[in-house]
Amino acid sequence: MTAFRFDGRPVAFTEGQTIGAALIQAGSYSWRVTRRHGTRRGLFCGIGVCFDCLVEVDGLPNQRACLVAAADGMTVSTQTGTGHDDLAC
Amino acid sequence: MGAACAFYASRAGLQVTVLERAAVASGTTGAGEGNLLLSDKAAGPELDLALRSAELWTSLGSELGGEAFELERKGGVVVAGSAGGLAALHAFAAEQRAAGVQSELLDADQLRDAEPHLSPALAGGAFYPGDMQVQPALAAAALLAAARAAGAEVRTGVQVFGTEVASGRLTGVRTSAGVMAADYVVNAAGTWGGEVSAWLGGELPILPRRGFVLVTEPLPRVIRHKVYSADYVANVASDHAGLELSPVVEGTRSGTVLIGASRERVGFDTSISIPVVRRLAAQAVELFPVLAGVNLMRVYAGLRPYCPDHLPVIGRDPRLPGLLHACGHEGAGIGLAPATGELIADLITGRLAGVDPAPFAPDRLIGAAA
Repeated sequence: MTAFRFDGRPVAFTEGQTIGAALIQAGSYSWRVTRRHGTRRGLFCGIGVCFDCLVEVDGLPNQRACLVAAADGMTVSTQTGTGHDDLAC
Repeated sequence: MGAACAFYASRAGLQVTVLERAAVASGTTGAGEGNLLLSDKAAGPELDLALRSAELWTSLGSELGGEAFELERKGGVVVAGSAGGLAALHAFAAEQRAAGVQSELLDADQLRDAEPHLSPALAGGAFYPGDMQVQPALAAAALLAAARAAGAEVRTGVQVFGTEVASGRLTGVRTSAGVMAADYVVNAAGTWGGEVSAWLGGELPILPRRGFVLVTEPLPRVIRHKVYSADYVANVASDHAGLELSPVVEGTRSGTVLIGASRERVGFDTSISIPVVRRLAAQAVELFPVLAGVNLMRVYAGLRPYCPDHLPVIGRDPRLPGLLHACGHEGAGIGLAPATGELIADLITGRLAGVDPAPFAPDRLIGAAA
């Protein structure tokens, strides 16, 4: 079975599936909270336009779960804030 | 522009109908960044109009609630890459200061204090505390709401395509919703001002100049002001038809960073050019190396309505009594809108205008229609 890790847990996927699709299949419907009001977000448009489904993939923030193909051994994690909070000045 | 004209004309006691062929801010206004700049204008009539507009935007902010349209006294930082460029910028700022524009000169260290993420390779810059910003679509909506409260009528989805004339004087317009009587008609059609001026019987040479805006993913406060290269001022004033590029980078309240600015005369073509987008992104990274690790979310195109002499056309058309123009403000329309609207209302009511209208009179362009 091919799987990536999401916040430490293994998530199985089939070849060609996006991270978002695999998360939905695994029963996870939201995986981000908004920057201002802390409300939950998951897939909304599902086609790369709305930027609601952001996750951190292998240390890179702001990746759209609906577009990034899942890969074996990938590390996906919940993103907090802008993903660039270290740049604030 | 139409919203500002409607607002000031309604406030002056005139009965106003706004005719918009699509939706509010669907044309020129909505494609802009919403900059209200003093810093990029050389001493002269356009700067006078910008200074009056800055006063009016400030009072509109207190009166209508600037929060609702994101009015922000953001400040502008203009940067120079070389000692020669810095000397030219400081000379430019000195002339502006004599005309009433506040600025502070910044050496390389002061520049880093003002914008910590700027490239350390820059020679210095100038800070303009009077540069402001609005969200242009919200600002247009706020002006129209206030105009309606003062009695104006706003009709969207109505296109104007001709005039009614009696005894050599304009008496109304023919529209997709029928004939409407009017004593005065103001052409505030932005980039389409040239086409509309022809339909109205007073053709003007207003042409589109395309620009792109790149929008990054939201960031914390990384860029504090509107920051641009001193080359930008030369590009705005240039008559070159080909591509002109200078980096303009700014943070916004929502966190996204906006990147411009390109200028191209390619007619009404609003398709996105990837090579131009790439060059804009590269220039922005040169100014702010930190942006190399930030994604772009989207890119949009807009058309600036420009006149051959880079001054807006504001005033009565001598060819057709009753027709006035308020267009051709190039990329500065939102910034110049209140003073333009005030001037239009003053010209109709015969009140003494605050800004001298002579340099903007349409007369100078008549016979030069493209």
